[in-house]
Amino acid sequence: MNVLLPNSLAEACDFCAKQPDLIPLAGATDLLVHWPLRQAEHDKTYLDLSKLQELRTITWSANSLTLGALTTYWDVLQDPRAKSDFPLLIESARQVGAIQIQSRGTWAGNIANGSPAADGVPVLMAYDASVALTSKSGTRSVPLHEYYTGYRKSVRRSDELISAISIPLRRYDFAVFHKVGARRAQAITKIGLAMTRESAKPATWRVVANSVAATVKRCAAVENLLHAGAPIRKPEDFAAAIASDVTPIDDIRSTADYRRTVMARLLYHSLKGVSPAIS
Amino acid sequence: MHRLEGLSKLSGAERYLDDEPLEGALKGCLWGMTVRSPISRGKIRRIAYGAGFDWSKFVVVEPGDIPGPNETYLIENDQPVLAPGYVRHMHEAVALVAHEDRNLLRRAAASIRVEVDADPPALDFRVAPRADQIQRGSDNLIKKLQIKKGDVHAAFANAYKIVEGEYETGAQEHVYIENNAMSAWIEDGPNGDVVVVRGSMQCPYYVLNALKHALGRDETRVRVIQAPTGGGFGGKEDYPSTIALHCALLTLKAKRPVKIIYDRSEDMAATTKRHPSLVRHKTAVDKSGKLLAQQIEVILDGGAYVTLSPVVLSRGIIHAAGPYTCENVLIEGKAVLTNSVPYGAFRGFGAPQTIFACERHMDRIAHALGLDPIEVRRINLLKDGQTTSTQQTISGGTDRHALLNETLRVSAYDKHKRESEAFNKTHPYLRRGIGIATVLHGAGFTGNGEVYLNSKVDVGARPDGKIEVLAASTEMGQGTNTVFTRIAADAAGYDTADVVVGVPDTFRVPNSGPTVASRTVMVVGKLVERAIDDLAAQLGQNGKPLRGPSLKKAITDWHTTNPGKELKGRATYTPPPNVKFDDKNYVGDAYATFAWGACVAHVEVDLRTAAVRVLDFTAMQDIGKVINPVLAKGQVQGGVVQAIGWALSEEFKFKDGGMLNNTLTNYIIPTSDDVPPIRVVFHENPYPFGGGGAKGVGELPMDGPAPAILNAVAHATGADARAIPLTPEHLLPLL
Ligand SMILES: Cc1cc2nc3c(=O)[nH]c(=O)nc-3n(C[C@H](O)[C@H](O)[C@H](O)COP(=O)(O)OP(=O)(O)OC[C@H]3O[C@@H](n4cnc5c(N)ncnc54)[C@H](O)[C@@H]3O)c2cc1C
Repeated sequence: MNVLLPNSLAEACDFCAKQPDLIPLAGATDLLVHWPLRQAEHDKTYLDLSKLQELRTITWSANSLTLGALTTYWDVLQDPRAKSDFPLLIESARQVGAIQIQSRGTWAGNIANGSPAADGVPVLMAYDASVALTSKSGTRSVPLHEYYTGYRKSVRRSDELISAISIPLRRYDFAVFHKVGARRAQAITKIGLAMTRESAKPATWRVVANSVAATVKRCAAVENLLHAGAPIRKPEDFAAAIASDVTPIDDIRSTADYRRTVMARLLYHSLKGVSPAIS
Repeated sequence: MHRLEGLSKLSGAERYLDDEPLEGALKGCLWGMTVRSPISRGKIRRIAYGAGFDWSKFVVVEPGDIPGPNETYLIENDQPVLAPGYVRHMHEAVALVAHEDRNLLRRAAASIRVEVDADPPALDFRVAPRADQIQRGSDNLIKKLQIKKGDVHAAFANAYKIVEGEYETGAQEHVYIENNAMSAWIEDGPNGDVVVVRGSMQCPYYVLNALKHALGRDETRVRVIQAPTGGGFGGKEDYPSTIALHCALLTLKAKRPVKIIYDRSEDMAATTKRHPSLVRHKTAVDKSGKLLAQQIEVILDGGAYVTLSPVVLSRGIIHAAGPYTCENVLIEGKAVLTNSVPYGAFRGFGAPQTIFACERHMDRIAHALGLDPIEVRRINLLKDGQTTSTQQTISGGTDRHALLNETLRVSAYDKHKRESEAFNKTHPYLRRGIGIATVLHGAGFTGNGEVYLNSKVDVGARPDGKIEVLAASTEMGQGTNTVFTRIAADAAGYDTADVVVGVPDTFRVPNSGPTVASRTVMVVGKLVERAIDDLAAQLGQNGKPLRGPSLKKAITDWHTTNPGKELKGRATYTPPPNVKFDDKNYVGDAYATFAWGACVAHVEVDLRTAAVRVLDFTAMQDIGKVINPVLAKGQVQGGVVQAIGWALSEEFKFKDGGMLNNTLTNYIIPTSDDVPPIRVVFHENPYPFGGGGAKGVGELPMDGPAPAILNAVAHATGADARAIPLTPEHLLPLL
């Protein structure tokens, strides 16, 4: 295993520019899983970001919260303001692995890993976060819901690193997060849901689901139903919108039917009474 | 008394084989790995060792390297040590490779391709095999057994009602915390070189017998030593014979020590599991719910080789009728061969499967008659003087009705039931319910098994006056050493600090039988007491055995007059009086005694996700005298947790007969957050023929929870689920 150990973000970007197949390494909680069995991975070169303390920051400004790329779940759990302004970050952080993973795993790693089951991504997306991608030639910002282009594919170029995640400060009058796993802790999500409603008029809904498509998915059809105030009387009333938004599959963790049915039930029971149209 | 190795385990100081440095006997050690079959059934054309590796630097073992018969010694010797040209299950061992660089070995092993011509595998034990799937006899049958009492057919003709049902249980992985691990090396001995095998195991003498057979050596030239063992649950009953043989073969060929440590994925995919089952009940009842006839058919998936399936089936059918009295019983059991990994021993050994069916069925009988499930159990529970399905007359003085009443009281059954029903009327998507199961578990080997085992225990009297218990019964986390120390100290009148338990080493300890079947405290513990009695009698005067300080003094005095000599007390198993079993017709005393239990599960079902959560659990057990309350409680709680996993989440996903979800990520055992408060209650009724008055405790706790939980789900939601694991995906369509 070859490891490069840059001392600054600039140095890290230099490495990336020179060697496009470097693999960034943050908490390594995804990268090192089943490590002894993945011998071919041992031959690759890794870019260890651990010395880049400039990226382990939580910054509150007048209109946004910025998480540096090395911010862990635990860092956010410890932040005094996160719980009141972004309660879903706390809820999802608490349900990622257990304390060992929460204290090593990073939000940026969760995004970059690209798993459709990632639990950090849906809540960030429901809060309309964007990703800062930095390379030798500068930094660009991409809305998280436009970050993924396919299964484990993204707009990130190989010479770019995620340097930060930025979340606009807005007022929400509704926010829920559901993680349905095969057990109550230490589980990979079978179907997950993060929803927010901005209290500005007109209200803006954001509905994000994970483990039901090739990527974590913003659900435009469900959002449209909610924006239109369509009457909803039972879970099945979401079925058509769900069918157009997501493409769940049968795999070793669950079934497409289960995922669709549970998604509809979670939507219905979470939203019942929240807006007059849903009862 | 504290658990002897508790601190070293808690602090991480205990060294399992994988932690052991390559020093001493393991100096110059090679790592061993297993080349496995990629298909479920077929002919091996060729083993292609990958290009890019200098294979002359590796040690490679193929079937031709086995000195004796290529057979794993057990009930039938049909399982090869290495598949000789033909494979019968996915991941079957085909060849072995070893090298001192563990990573290089992993790469090299991954480069090996086993080229095969596939034959059609039999993968569903529930359906009759096609002609081209038959591999044993005319029907793939491994074993057929029957229990017959009275005349079920006459009773069916006159029944008030007949209730039928079909119940299924899935495979279960043991998930011991330490994967299978073994080491081997060669030592000099008086009769030539000695192959020494040291590793994680439950049954040193099973391993010894397997080594003797396939290596063609006698017991002076093979030696088996147990290493600290991180859990077994039956998974290290017969499997260690296989990995020990693999290790021994590599060491013989390499002439160097070898270690084989399975990683979790390999352990899950390639080693034994709990037998999947299909059980059909047809029951005649009268209006009050009294059982008039029980006709039960039990089918077990045996997997690719016979291994322990005949005895698992035997225990399964004996427990199939439950702790009830019924004059007409017909139980037919069969274990069938399929091309799955061989199913093996797992806590309960067939009983949890058949008790699941029985206890779910009892609730369905109650439902069919419009009766309370408690009442149906009450009128059928065995009373002393009544007989089981094998016509064993129950005695011993345990009042099973009182046990049931106490369980209901402790669990606040009525209150929870009332409150659940009220809760369900108002909550939008949560439903609560309560369920019960009443169970029995025969401790020790079935029938005449203990007589055939003829177990022996020695106690060594050391020059310092201390007593050393010498038995092959292993400590694997359940507390054998702690309990043996207590029993020996009590029997000798000693302080526990003056008792030592010897490491199971076939050069030092006699064969006290396998560490299985909830037999260690009850059967072997009794032998410990008797061996101490023997020692005390040898040193006593005028037939008066010595105890305590006078025994200790007599021992040190004896050594002063007999320097360098060994002083031992010995005991050999004798059955309790009047225990008789006809193992041909399955009539008589199937077990010297039964342990009894009742349990209550209180559950909550989330109608949004169909997830079942156990809110509260009560387990009542009559296990004779409780020797160590903390350890006994731990056994019960652990058993309940293991049963919750079996009931709700531990589902095997197979592809072409191989386990697909062979990781702890995707094979779902409960976490501490999935486990409810577990109230453990013991009903103490000392059993005079058990060590310290104990009966078996290890397996009973596994029997009741699964049906109690499904009964509770039925109460909560009306869902009539009859198969486990009842994952949310399976429950959802039933809601
Ligand atoms: C036991 C266990 C439980 C887990 N439970 C959960 C769970 O409940 N929910 C969940 O969502 N996940 C879970 N995970 C997965 C993992 O912990 C998370 O995805 C975590 O957020 C990954 O962060 P990391 O810093 O460890 O990433 P790493 O493993 O270091 O990296 C992950 C990927 O991101 C890339 N990467 C990392 N940082 C950057 C960067 N700055 N720029 C570009 N690329 C980068 C890496 O190259 C790699 O491809 C679990 C993992 C384990 C081992």
